Amino acid sequence: MKTLSLALRSLANRRTTALLTLCAIAVSVALLLGVQKLRTAARDGFANTVSGVDLIVGARSGQINLLLYSVFRVGDATANVSWDTYQKVARRSDVAWTIPLSLGDSHRGYRVLGTNLDYFGHYRFAGGRELTFEGGKPFADLYDAVLGAEVARALGYKVGDPIVIAHGLGNVSFAQHEDKPFRVVGILARTGTPVDRTVHVSLEAITAIHVDWQSGMRALPGGRVDAEAARAMDLTPDSITAFMVGMQNRVMTFGLQRAVNEYRQEPLLAIMPGVALTQLWNLVGIADTALMIVAAFVVLAGLLGMLTAILTSLNERRREMAILRSVGARPRHVFALLVTEAGLLAAGGVAAGVALCYGLMYAAKPLLERRFGLFLEPGGLTGYDIGLLASIVAAALLMGALPAWRAYRNTLADGLTPRV
Amino acid sequence: MSDDTPAIGIQDLEFAWPGKPPILDIPALSIARGERVFLRGPSGSGKSTLLGLVGGVLVPQRGAVRLLGTDLATLGPGERDRLRGEQVGFVFQMFNLIPYLGLLENVLLPAQFSPARAARVPGGDLAAEGRRLLTALGLGSPELLARPVTELSIGQQQRVAAARALFGRPSVLVADEPTSALDHDTREGFLRLLMDECRAQGSTLLFVSHDTSLGPLFDRVLSLTDLNRAATPASAAA
Repeated sequence: MKTLSLALRSLANRRTTALLTLCAIAVSVALLLGVQKLRTAARDGFANTVSGVDLIVGARSGQINLLLYSVFRVGDATANVSWDTYQKVARRSDVAWTIPLSLGDSHRGYRVLGTNLDYFGHYRFAGGRELTFEGGKPFADLYDAVLGAEVARALGYKVGDPIVIAHGLGNVSFAQHEDKPFRVVGILARTGTPVDRTVHVSLEAITAIHVDWQSGMRALPGGRVDAEAARAMDLTPDSITAFMVGMQNRVMTFGLQRAVNEYRQEPLLAIMPGVALTQLWNLVGIADTALMIVAAFVVLAGLLGMLTAILTSLNERRREMAILRSVGARPRHVFALLVTEAGLLAAGGVAAGVALCYGLMYAAKPLLERRFGLFLEPGGLTGYDIGLLASIVAAALLMGALPAWRAYRNTLADGLTPRV
Repeated sequence: MSDDTPAIGIQDLEFAWPGKPPILDIPALSIARGERVFLRGPSGSGKSTLLGLVGGVLVPQRGAVRLLGTDLATLGPGERDRLRGEQVGFVFQMFNLIPYLGLLENVLLPAQFSPARAARVPGGDLAAEGRRLLTALGLGSPELLARPVTELSIGQQQRVAAARALFGRPSVLVADEPTSALDHDTREGFLRLLMDECRAQGSTLLFVSHDTSLGPLFDRVLSLTDLNRAATPASAAA
């Protein structure tokens, strides 16, 4: 008790240095905790890129490949799923809903996704958040398009603007579906997922714009079908790229997955997005570990700063130590005093760092959600966080042992009359 | 530890700092309880070393230092620290105070490390005893007590140090040139206050200084150069 109060008074006496040291530790702790929180948010956000979807079904390829093109709009499908097969699965009694996905076209570098209205009703991200409209409404007409937030922002589109879809995926495509222009009817709110970078149209629209195309080429002028004539045709697609499935009961997911994977008529693959996302995160998640290591080194630098501050104070405090000895303090009291000082600085720094980190998180939360679609839930300190913070204080105590040991040695050598 | 054992007893003491010739070689020195002794010695004659030995911070290579009858060499380092805390009060030349503690806190410091010193305070009211000592030494005004110790004059600081050394009635008070930083007028005043309080508490006073003019105020005047066979002619002449 007396050591604690002495250490506190001693630190208060050197308050400028002590405060600066404390600030250095606080900033480094805030950084470490911030990285830890962001990393959790990023991982959760990633794992929640799509949620509420029990299975994703596509042509047989790799698990990651299917995930990449169906959810992240990266890469291409090797083959399609036939409409009949899709209908067979969709009509099963254990299936609650399906979202068809038809990919292959683009608009100025952004992928165009053909789907149906179930997409807006059932798609979930970030732990069950629904898609919401920042402006407009879902597509109703054949030539209506709904834009993801980033598409609208980057290209400066607003509701009512006309857009032309390009054939294929190139950023600059020479084959345009300019004969069948679309109209923007809705713009989605930012989600922080690939939805933001997607142009949504109806499945029928995808069929309509390709109705007079064959083998990747538009038909010769004689065989062309204009936009209005296409409306009268049967626009049910022959095939789709993939589809998402929501089960009546999650327990049945495995049953359907096996059934799809063993389907004889067509080589199909069904994946559980959560499992595949975790696999993918393990591939891309190395960066956040690197960030964590950097943050840990910043904390180490903060603690080394503290060590320097205490060590440099030792010489000018030899007199103080000698006085303490003359009134009966033992060398171990001197040792304890300095370790306590290190502990107090670190504990104060950690506390201030936590406060700083939470302050910043609450301040930055709206911005992160709006600009980066990163849904940061500050929450409480997890067991892991507490362990992390405790180990910082423990490291400080351990480091404090160095000046403490030197003071101990000084004290023994100086006795009551320091030679300074 | 009966009362007829000397407060400080030294026999055949020899001490040398590592790698140096012996600085102290004292065949015998005895200071009775309650005695007030003036120990004269020029600087560099080993005064501080002797005080370190009496305080149990240093251990002689040969011979014995007895504090209240206890041979310090027979005690472990922790025991010596405890005995020093309980039985010896120190006043040094200057910078006696912990700068970040208040006047009263500085005075009460021995009680923090030595329960025995705290237990000897009559009535157990530590703060009251601290204030009594400060008042006896002329520092009782509340205005002074509220001041940071670094703002006190050197004379006032030395009196705070004396109050601390006397706190909890230690048997021995060791003063190492406590007046050398004071001007001539305050010097004698400080010494009288110190001696009055020592007498009142029955403490033995070992006062070390090179200022021989203060000698007549003491029961006995000793010269370290006479006692110490290791003293060189050069230091004896200084």
